[in-house]
Amino acid sequence: MGVFSKSPWILHYDASSCNGCDIEVLACLTPLYDVERFGIVNTGNPKHADILLITGAVNEQNLPVVRTLYDQMPSPKAVVAIGACALSGGIFQDCYNVHRGVDSAIPVDVYVPGCAARPEAIIDGVVQALGVLEEKAAAPAGRGEGGKAVAA
Amino acid sequence: MGTRTVVPFGPQHPVLPEPIHLDLVLEDEKVVEAIPSIGFVHRGLEKLAEKKEFGEMVYVAERICGICSFIHSAAYCQAVEGLMKVEVPPRAQYLRVAWAEMSRVHSHLLWLGLFADSFGFESLFMHSWRLRERLLDVVEATTGGRVIFGSCKVGGVRRDVDAETGRRALQTLAVLEAECREITGVFEKDSTVRRRTVGVGLLSGKDAWSLGAVGPTLRASGVSSDSRSLGGSAYGALDWQPVVETAGDCHARAMVRARELYQSFSLIRQALEKMPAGPVETRVSGSPSGECIVRLEQPRGEVIHYVKGNGTRHLERYRVRTPTFANVPALVHMLAGYQLVDVPVIVLSIDPCISCTER
Ligand code: SF4
Repeated sequence: MGVFSKSPWILHYDASSCNGCDIEVLACLTPLYDVERFGIVNTGNPKHADILLITGAVNEQNLPVVRTLYDQMPSPKAVVAIGACALSGGIFQDCYNVHRGVDSAIPVDVYVPGCAARPEAIIDGVVQALGVLEEKAAAPAGRGEGGKAVAA
Repeated sequence: MGTRTVVPFGPQHPVLPEPIHLDLVLEDEKVVEAIPSIGFVHRGLEKLAEKKEFGEMVYVAERICGICSFIHSAAYCQAVEGLMKVEVPPRAQYLRVAWAEMSRVHSHLLWLGLFADSFGFESLFMHSWRLRERLLDVVEATTGGRVIFGSCKVGGVRRDVDAETGRRALQTLAVLEAECREITGVFEKDSTVRRRTVGVGLLSGKDAWSLGAVGPTLRASGVSSDSRSLGGSAYGALDWQPVVETAGDCHARAMVRARELYQSFSLIRQALEKMPAGPVETRVSGSPSGECIVRLEQPRGEVIHYVKGNGTRHLERYRVRTPTFANVPALVHMLAGYQLVDVPVIVLSIDPCISCTER
C-alpha cells in the first residue's frame, strides 16, 4: 500500500446530472456505507483533492467549470466518472445542450456504470482509482495523466 | 454605510450538492441583494419529447430529478393518460400513492440531513441519512431501484406489491417511524438547531403567497395549500390533512417537513392496507392528441406537467414547472438583510432542486 491509499481525499462535482448519482455518492459517506472508515474524506476544495468524482453528461456551461476543477487539483490525480450519463451522455445523449460524457471534457481514469450507479459500485470505482493514483505517482514526471482502467 | 462587496457563491461550493451560482452583494457582513445565475444543469429534456416516443419519455421524465424521481414520472404518466382518456386501475392508483409518499419520506430525510449539515451539525446529518437507508430498503424491496424507482408507466404501474412484501414493508416502516421521532425531536427542541434557524429567513404568509411560493416553503408561512388535496390518484379516498406551521422562518420550514414524515408514513400504511385487488395496468393503444395539465405535490411543492399531443407517437410539446422555480423569488426576497453566514441555511431551507428547475 502506497501513500495515497491511506487517506485519499475526494472532490465531488455535479456536471449536469439528474441528482440520482449524486445522492448515491453522498450515501457512500453516510453510516451504512461509511467510506470515512477507510480514511476517505469528502473535501470541497479542489486543491486538497486526490480523486475527482464526477457525475452527469457535462453541458455547455459546465464545461469550463469541470476543466478548471481538474486543473486546480494537484498531480497525481484520478478522475472517476459515475453513472451512465457521465460515461456516454446516457439518457441525455440526444439532448441539444450536453456533451457526450465526462471524457469529452477531461481525461477519465475509471468508469462506473449504472443509472443510478449503486453505492457499492461507486466505492469499487474509488478503490480502483487508488491503484491509478499509485501508478501515476510511480510514473516519471509528466506521464501518467489519463489512464484507461475500466471498472466492471 | 459600508462599501459594497460582491461575493460569488458557487457553482462548486461545499454546502451545495448541485451547481447554482449566486452573486451576493454585501455591505460588511449583511446581504443586500442576491442575484442568482443558473444554467449549469440545463440539458434540454423537454425537447427530447420530439425524439422519444411518448411511452419512452417516462424514463426521461423520471430523470428530470433523481430525488423526486417517482413523482415526476407519475405526473407525466397522468398527463398522458389524461390525453388518451385511459382509466388507471384502482390498485395502481393506490400503489402510486404509496410510492409517491415513500419518495417524500426519502426526500425529506435527505433534506433534514443536508439542512443539519448547512449549520454544521454533522452527527444529525449522519443520523438522518442512516434512517433514510432503511426507507431505501423498502423502496428496493417493492420497486427494485433505490433512487430511480422505474415503476410507473402510462396506463398504470410496472409491478405489483404482493401481500408478503407489503406486510414486511409496513413492519420496517413502523420501526423507522419510531426512530424518526428521535431525530425530529432534535430538530424541534435542540438549542443549537434553534439558535441557527429560529427567526432566520423570515417570510410572511402574504409575501409567500404573492411571490408564488409553493410546498413546505408556503405552508411554513401559515398558508394551507397542498395539491394532494385535489384528490388525484387515491388521495381523495385517504385520511390526511396538509401540515401547516405559522412562524415562516427556517425552523418552521424544517418542522413542516419533519411532521410530513409522519403524514407520509400514515398515507403509505393506509394505501397499502386499503389497496383493492385487481390488475395494475391498462393496455394503452393509439397516440395522444390534445392538451393536458397535471398538478401534483412533490416533496418541494407543487409541480405542473403540461403535455400537448398531435396524434403521432411523439408529443408536440412537453413542459414542466417545478417547485424550486416557484420558490426562487421567495428565496431571493428572504436572503436580503441577513448575514453572510446565514446564507447556506436560508438557501437550503427552500430545499432547492436545481436539476428539476433547469432540466
Ligand atoms: S446516470 Fe442516471 S441516475 Fe445517474 S445522474 Fe445520470 S440520469 Fe441520473
